[in-house]
Amino acid sequence: MRLSLNSRISAITALLPALLVMLVVYIGATGWTVWMSLTNSRMLPNNNFVGLRQYEMLFGNDRWITSVHNIVIYGVLFVSLALSIGFLLAVAIDQRVRAEDTIRSIYLYPYSMSFVVTGLVWQWLLNPTLGIQHVLRSWGFEGATFDWIVRPETAIYCLVIAGVWQASGLVMAIMLAGLRGVDEEIWKATRVDGLPKWRVYVSIIIPMMGASFATAAVLLSTGVVRLYDLSVAMTNGGPGIASEVPAKFVMDHLFERANIGLATAAATTMLITVIAVVAPYFYWRTRKGEMR
Amino acid sequence: MTAAAQPLPAARRSKRMTPARWGLYAFIFITALYFLLPLYVMVVTSLKPMAEIRQGNLLALPVAPSIDAWVKAWTSACTGLTCQGIKIGFLNSLRILVPSVVISILVGSLTGYALSLWRVRGGNILFGTMMVVAFIPYQVFIYPLVRVFSFTGLGQSLLTIVIIHTIFGLPTMTLLFRNYFASLPVELFKAARVDGAGFYQIYARIMMPMATPMIVVAVILQTTGIWNDFILGLVFAGRDNLPMTVQLNNIVNSTQGERAYNVDMAATLLTALLPLVVYFGSGRWFVRGIAAGAVKG
Amino acid sequence: MQKSNVDIRSLQIGFGGLKVLENLNLNVEASEFLVLLGPSGCGKSTLLNAIAGLIDVRGGEIHIGGRDVTWAEPKDRGIAMVFQSYALYPRMSVRRNMSFGLSVAGTPRDEIERRVGEAARMLQLNSLLDRRPSELSGGQRQRVAIGRALVRHAGVYLFDEPLSNLDAQLRAELRVEIKRLHARLGATMIYVTHDQIEALTLADRIAVMQGGVIQQLDTPKKIYREPVNRFVASFVGSPAMNFIPGRIARDGETGFIAGANRLGLNGYAFRGLPTDAPAVLGIRPEHIELTASDDPSAVSARVEMVEPMGADTLIWCRLADNTAFSFRHDADAQVCVGDTLNVRFPAEALSLFDEISGQRL
Repeated sequence: MRLSLNSRISAITALLPALLVMLVVYIGATGWTVWMSLTNSRMLPNNNFVGLRQYEMLFGNDRWITSVHNIVIYGVLFVSLALSIGFLLAVAIDQRVRAEDTIRSIYLYPYSMSFVVTGLVWQWLLNPTLGIQHVLRSWGFEGATFDWIVRPETAIYCLVIAGVWQASGLVMAIMLAGLRGVDEEIWKATRVDGLPKWRVYVSIIIPMMGASFATAAVLLSTGVVRLYDLSVAMTNGGPGIASEVPAKFVMDHLFERANIGLATAAATTMLITVIAVVAPYFYWRTRKGEMR
Repeated sequence: MTAAAQPLPAARRSKRMTPARWGLYAFIFITALYFLLPLYVMVVTSLKPMAEIRQGNLLALPVAPSIDAWVKAWTSACTGLTCQGIKIGFLNSLRILVPSVVISILVGSLTGYALSLWRVRGGNILFGTMMVVAFIPYQVFIYPLVRVFSFTGLGQSLLTIVIIHTIFGLPTMTLLFRNYFASLPVELFKAARVDGAGFYQIYARIMMPMATPMIVVAVILQTTGIWNDFILGLVFAGRDNLPMTVQLNNIVNSTQGERAYNVDMAATLLTALLPLVVYFGSGRWFVRGIAAGAVKG
Repeated sequence: MQKSNVDIRSLQIGFGGLKVLENLNLNVEASEFLVLLGPSGCGKSTLLNAIAGLIDVRGGEIHIGGRDVTWAEPKDRGIAMVFQSYALYPRMSVRRNMSFGLSVAGTPRDEIERRVGEAARMLQLNSLLDRRPSELSGGQRQRVAIGRALVRHAGVYLFDEPLSNLDAQLRAELRVEIKRLHARLGATMIYVTHDQIEALTLADRIAVMQGGVIQQLDTPKKIYREPVNRFVASFVGSPAMNFIPGRIARDGETGFIAGANRLGLNGYAFRGLPTDAPAVLGIRPEHIELTASDDPSAVSARVEMVEPMGADTLIWCRLADNTAFSFRHDADAQVCVGDTLNVRFPAEALSLFDEISGQRL
């Protein structure tokens, strides 16, 4: 259809804000951040090119190494636990249970709450003096210990517990949509074939749900890289630097430690990681789109 | 058939409650408890006096429920140096929320409309880029944006944070509306064109009225998203406009001396209240919002 | 291969307060091809699913091959089933789709291979065995689904509208293939469809259903020639049967009076004694004959529309009293709109229905 000149101009002006945001904010800002990571900027940005010096310093920095170490632990555990718990919850709900809507609401409501709220609640629950440990001991399990949040080697697992609690409902919602999309006649066919239910899920349903798993996994993993609020609210990186995460490293070095070069090097590293996760996903989606 | 000779199971007229069903309901019950536990603990803790919290059990119901902690959290809890309660944060969050939601939906729907129905050259590239950058963590953009805003003189202000929320809401909002408009029958658009309607007329008179369900979804998505934001508010809103989440964290985590867990939990619940109301009030719409926002690209 | 009969005794099925089937009886002989025919919502699929054990019944009994299977699991009933949406397992190859059920059931591997090979040969699937369902056309998918049913070596094969998702040409092809398969295997088959052509071409017997009740259970020929009520008469046959309202008159020789026309009913086999009463005359378009104007039984009609249909022509006419009907004539007919024709309604080809109950008289 031929567009009149007027409408064509209108359409282009309507897209100007988006274009501006893309160019200035996303591409421009990203470019500047990458550039700053190659300079020795401290308090204020400068243009003294120092090559990859900041990256050398970054990967010699204990706090950064701890952060990376933590985010790997968190990422692997959080994604795999949230995926499997979310899937199991969806399967349970899909068995035509009673009060389905209520149950689904209960599983999903944590996702409506902020990471700050999530972090503070779990900080309180995991508090060794008055929290769950205290409850267990008052029930007669005298030797019960659940003080992960104050022990450096386990603090990161507390973030996992809280994160999984918050995000499993999201996975459940995505998976349930996928399960509900399975043709009713496939289920009938499996019953005629006499397949046990677990076998149907393992051999037929899960392979069919590739797209749901990929969507959920990508969504969860981008959440992993962004992890900041939860760490700030729940442990503030502590005890010591035991539960520091990369996003927090960037923020602290930008706004408190005035080390812009190092912070932007860390941010650029995060950027590369995200691209490494997202690019294959988009490639896969586009290829799938072309095959149809 | 090999099964021909085998005896068949006796009549089981009701297959409602087999052992497997019992197991299923047990699983659902236990997991539901896990998800509800924090909410329950928040509520009971906020209703107990400190003495009871120190001596009693985390899970026990309050012996003498009182809303003192709620009053204190609302009016006089200390966020750093000032002690005016979380109501300041609540009002700040509202002032940030309303314009941010309205403007981000306007810009997003207009962009989505232009990208779905009007074949603008380069539109697909713009959209594709938008979907990719939506995954990039804020830390990558934050410092340059701070510099840009201080250069333009806006600095940290209400206007800044509203613009920031519009910017970072743009990819999701665009996606939402683009996909919705693309799912409408294209004949509708063609008929309007034949009737001589222009770009903005079609947008305002035909498309937006039809997009009511998407607007509801967008409002839910943006309201919970912006209300729950921490990092953007912290960096861009400025000292006088800090949103509720930031104030809450200050109340809980920068307390000097003994911590008042009941006040902390009351403040936490107050902060979670709006998203919870939106969530429980909107029912399936919330799920729809997640589904629509989740399928990036 | 075992061939089972299916015996359904006073079957009741309902969902909540809704009764879908009530006191339904049906006996399918071993090796018979029975078609359940009816409009959507008539209960035919429900009945088939109940035979398969995919839905619970409220009362009555289902016997397959002499065993009471009313409460047996689908896999223990000696049945196999083919679905409308094919219901193939999407991430498995054709071979795996056919063998998966058997291997889970612990059938020895060489036996599985033998059966899959046999089914593949019968359905010309040999070259497709390693493909995924998404790489197959609709017709190929449905052949795979039939293959998956065949390897079960079941006593009864159930088909739930298997051709409805296919286009007209493929439907005709696969219809022939299914008929050939039945001739070759001699297996008991129960086939659900809403397409009367499929029913007429495939069935040994057809059960026409409406409102959860079997209206007529008979051979295709009987169903076509002697429908027991107006529903069956109007549902089966295309172009549809003509219905002309009027009354039965017993003044001397029994006749049918419609407006100014009187039709002698000599040669019509009444079921009971005819009485003077309002009635509806039904006649299929191909049974109306052209005749000369001096034929005493001739009725004159004006041509309103001519629809050439290739092999023959459908001519729409109107009687003097405004009753419309259509009749079939060979394609060479030189008939124009506005012509007046003399036609004859042969009594032996008629159907007469009670005006109120719709039952055949």
